[in-house]
Amino acid sequence: MRSPAERIAFTLNGAGVEVHAPPATRLADLLRDTLGLTGTKIGCNAGDCGACTVLLDGRQVCACLVASGQVSGREVVTVEGLAKDGTVSALQEAFARNGAAQCGICTPGMLMAAADLLARTPQPDEPAVLDALGGVLCRCTGYRKIVEAVLSLGETAAQQAPAAGRAVGARLRHPDATQIVTGTHRFGADALPEEAFLTLRAVRSPYPHARFEIGDLAPLFARFPGLVRVLTAADVPGQNLFGIYPTGKDQPVLAPGLVRMRGEAIAALVGDAETVAAIRDDDLPITWGVLEPVTFDRALSGDAPEMHPHAPGNVLIRGRVKAGDAAAALETAPHRAAVSVETGFVEHAYIEPEAGYARRVGERIEIVACTQTPYMDRDELALILGVTQNQVRVIPTATGGGFGGKLDLSLQPLVSVAAWITGRPVRCVYTRPESIASTTKRHPARITAEAACDAEGRLVAYRFHGDFNTGAYASWGPTVANRVPVHATGPYAVPNVLATSAAIHTTDTPAGAFRGFGVPQAAIAHEALMDMLAERSGLDPLAFRLRNAIRPGDATATGQVLEHAVGMAACLEALEQRWQALRAEAEAFNRAQNGAIRRGAGVACMWYGIGNTSMSNPSDMTIGLARDGTLTLYCGAMDIGQGAKAIMAQIASDALGIPVASLRITEADTDLTRDAGKTSASRQTFVSGNAARLAGEDLRRRILALANAGPEARIVPVPGGILIEDGGRSIPLDLMRHAADSHGDALVGEGRFDPPTTALDADGRGIPYAAYAFAAQVAYVEVDTALGTIKPLRIVAAHDVGRAVNPTQVEGQIHGGIAQGLGLALMEEFFPGRNENLHDYLIPTIGDIPPIEATLIEDPDPLGPFGAKGIGEPALIATAPAILGAIHHATGVRITRVPATPDRVRAALLAAGAAR
Amino acid sequence: MGSYLRPTSLPEALAALAATPRIVLAGGTDYYPARVGRPPEDDLLDITAIPALAGIAETEEGWRIGAATTWTEVVEAPLPPLFDGLKAAAREVGGAQIQNAGTVAGNLCNASPAADGIPNLLALGATVHLASASGDRVLPVAEFVHGNRRTARRADEIVTAIHIPGPKRAARSVFLKLGARRYLVISIVMVAAVAEFDEDGTIASARIAVGSCSAAAVRLPALEAALAGQRPDPALVAEAHLAPLSPIDDVRASAAYRRDAALTLLRRAVEALR
Repeated sequence: MRSPAERIAFTLNGAGVEVHAPPATRLADLLRDTLGLTGTKIGCNAGDCGACTVLLDGRQVCACLVASGQVSGREVVTVEGLAKDGTVSALQEAFARNGAAQCGICTPGMLMAAADLLARTPQPDEPAVLDALGGVLCRCTGYRKIVEAVLSLGETAAQQAPAAGRAVGARLRHPDATQIVTGTHRFGADALPEEAFLTLRAVRSPYPHARFEIGDLAPLFARFPGLVRVLTAADVPGQNLFGIYPTGKDQPVLAPGLVRMRGEAIAALVGDAETVAAIRDDDLPITWGVLEPVTFDRALSGDAPEMHPHAPGNVLIRGRVKAGDAAAALETAPHRAAVSVETGFVEHAYIEPEAGYARRVGERIEIVACTQTPYMDRDELALILGVTQNQVRVIPTATGGGFGGKLDLSLQPLVSVAAWITGRPVRCVYTRPESIASTTKRHPARITAEAACDAEGRLVAYRFHGDFNTGAYASWGPTVANRVPVHATGPYAVPNVLATSAAIHTTDTPAGAFRGFGVPQAAIAHEALMDMLAERSGLDPLAFRLRNAIRPGDATATGQVLEHAVGMAACLEALEQRWQALRAEAEAFNRAQNGAIRRGAGVACMWYGIGNTSMSNPSDMTIGLARDGTLTLYCGAMDIGQGAKAIMAQIASDALGIPVASLRITEADTDLTRDAGKTSASRQTFVSGNAARLAGEDLRRRILALANAGPEARIVPVPGGILIEDGGRSIPLDLMRHAADSHGDALVGEGRFDPPTTALDADGRGIPYAAYAFAAQVAYVEVDTALGTIKPLRIVAAHDVGRAVNPTQVEGQIHGGIAQGLGLALMEEFFPGRNENLHDYLIPTIGDIPPIEATLIEDPDPLGPFGAKGIGEPALIATAPAILGAIHHATGVRITRVPATPDRVRAALLAAGAAR
Repeated sequence: MGSYLRPTSLPEALAALAATPRIVLAGGTDYYPARVGRPPEDDLLDITAIPALAGIAETEEGWRIGAATTWTEVVEAPLPPLFDGLKAAAREVGGAQIQNAGTVAGNLCNASPAADGIPNLLALGATVHLASASGDRVLPVAEFVHGNRRTARRADEIVTAIHIPGPKRAARSVFLKLGARRYLVISIVMVAAVAEFDEDGTIASARIAVGSCSAAAVRLPALEAALAGQRPDPALVAEAHLAPLSPIDDVRASAAYRRDAALTLLRRAVEALR
């Protein structure tokens, strides 16, 4: 029972309020649920993430840790209180201008922490900013633009709206920036059905592998009158299996008597919010028959029961790419190196836990939830409910970070089944432990790799095998198994290659999509080998890479000849000067003192195929012109913080030839927008961007044809209509003869793009991607050899992005990717059942990200929209190997087990006799 | 069930505890995180409105830190170098949000093996003042903290204050915390040291405590004895001094690493006392 409600009177955002609530209620819940101020976000309810930061008597506190009774008579300020009279504060403006907000879920917390600081210290220095904001986690931005925003407060760099045709390349602010900084951007937990709704809570397995039976539930219903339904596997109306691939539908919505992972849902409690929260899992009559877990070791040994009929030997899938004869070339090469790499599970740790609701509308279902992939969600949910795709409408909310983790269904099947059966709206908000325990992870990898070069340091052979722990269910395991062998060599020309992979089922949390699909793990191996071969060839590590960098005209291991837009060498050349300087600086530092502290610089390269591997992945976009001249981009490309909304608008408006400010955007909604695929595989700028460009060009053609104007004519939106300016004439466009479609549009431009690829044969030969991104990064680090701690001091990055459609956003992706790469390198490893929270599972804080220098290489890709390629995943991949290379430079010790936590680094230093 | 009291006087609070067991709530920074996904449904006694429990005061014997004193109040209080270690810890407890709400006494009562405050309070020779309807008592910190989340506090008692004795000579202190990231980090190992110095710069007496390396932070008497009468010198720290530690393997580090890192931090702490 909760404590009885009491009167609590306090000052909120400058005005007196009085509420009746149980005084032990968390202030965050009081603000959101009782007062409707959803600008305060809840990321963990444990004081670990700071998303709920508010000011209490002028001091920043986590609203999730404050008893509402304690605010009585005091002053509370939330993000809603920062703007005055409809004008955002200078701080909010600085965040919007600097790209300091990406997905926006941490932004209210960041703003409140900064507001606390600035009230006390109007002109803070960087250390003060770090200390003040150190309690708020951000997973998107890499923090640097947040620091810059707070430090740049006094500046008033005027941003001019780009003119027609000038949007691509402009530092356009995110179209949602104002909503994000004012706390009005609506995320999964902020969206509520208009009608009275039920709440759902999943009951989850505490065991990784077990059989179970659920007994008579009548006593439970008797004890908890607010409980409406308890859903079990038998209640799923359609197919109680889902999965990404048509052949990989192996994951139940609710386990039918057997669980294959800890955190698997076995039942769903549906009732009023207080009831489902009050029921303990122990209150249910569940009989468990615990089975032995299938660990990665056991599954690899072959001595494990088979978990799925479709995966003999627990091998979900194998991947393979073969070119030439790697074994023979390795045998005869003058320089040869071998490495073993091991990585663990990595959690996406988006600051927004999964949340949303479903409601039944007649014979249709609507799902309002955070997601990266509305159309795949729609199709999967249709199968689960046993209805047609047209009966399912997915209306995504703002998505507070994804990074691949919101490509799989989570709560959507549960709330959909519940709403379908009960006929009432059903809402669910995952807790942080539930989110971490039950959703996908980065694949743990065990890699062995060998490479060889000739006497001049030219690569001649590369052999690679990677086993990937794909966990209990297939999810995106096939993608990892296919993508990794293609990328295994890294961005180098190697004539003889044998790269193989296997995705192995275990009773661990499913490993799915996570920024890079296995390539970041493989990059640790290829970059270690490049360093080793450079040393053996007597070449500088960067010079060795430059000698072997893949260049126009070179063939990849799949036999694809890259003709254009191969910026690998350009990235390395851009870094060369900084590389030499940081190498020299490290060596001078190490010569000057012989204590425990050593410094080092490392370099790493990466390449990344944009879009799906050898699979069709089209995007469709439309732009409508209404009779009143309103231009609307129907944009199904999900913006999960990376900025697709701005990118699509910039591309579409330039293709159409109008100022970007004149283009409205209708966001992803499976009823209103066409399928623009998933926000994944770094594909939105390249694939959906092309669809947006084509739609813009198509509409431009239609408009000019209607006006009988020449191709150089200008399309000028004016209030109430469109003017066509052509050779000195200016004619209003007459749209009245055209019937309006269901959107009210009289003219519609359509664009569809599917990257041209071919299937890979049994040896992995073919054209897996239409475009590749390239990057090189230098990490400069300090190692405390006595403690094994690593402090990155600087990252210098050069990225070939084809064309930076929005340089601020591109830099934001690079910064954020580097932060995640740094986490992979140094601190992040998920152990099922042991660190299902954000204080035991560590992601980098604002104090962990060093200054970042980013150089953008713009070598236009002939297939890219205005030359652009993707950046989302490329940003992350080179960071971890660059840091590991820097540790080697500092200490002579090569770490190949990540994360390189202090205990592992220290053990490796002691083993090598390199500790002091 | 589930009642919430926020009395404004100590006698009221003690009477309430005498009548019914209640969870004592101050900053909430340990209470709420232990109840993620659950409504707060315990009987609570919120002690943050009791003036007698507030603030830091200099006394005849030393200093008194009231039970409702937050970490931020410690940072902002004008205190002598004796408290530099405690202040350093105060800046490392969670983020600013936690420091603004969490209390020194709450950190002590929660008795986590990784509590940043406890090694400092041990090194400061602090005592814990408890009150109940049936009388008051005073315990040294080492006798108050029994182990992992276990203390000597009876269910009818409230910690009212922590008392720090004033040093007889010039005193300095240091706190070193090791974690795997910069902010918001649970300590892998931490070391707190307080030393009083004779006029010639030798250590008259030292108290050294290590946290996160045993179920409760402990002092290292052999090391303290080895330092007495000497100038601070890291070479005085020997592996044998770590005998009272019993570290474990967990998600943050291995036991062997903790022992190794504790030795390094102890040497650095002694160095920092110079």
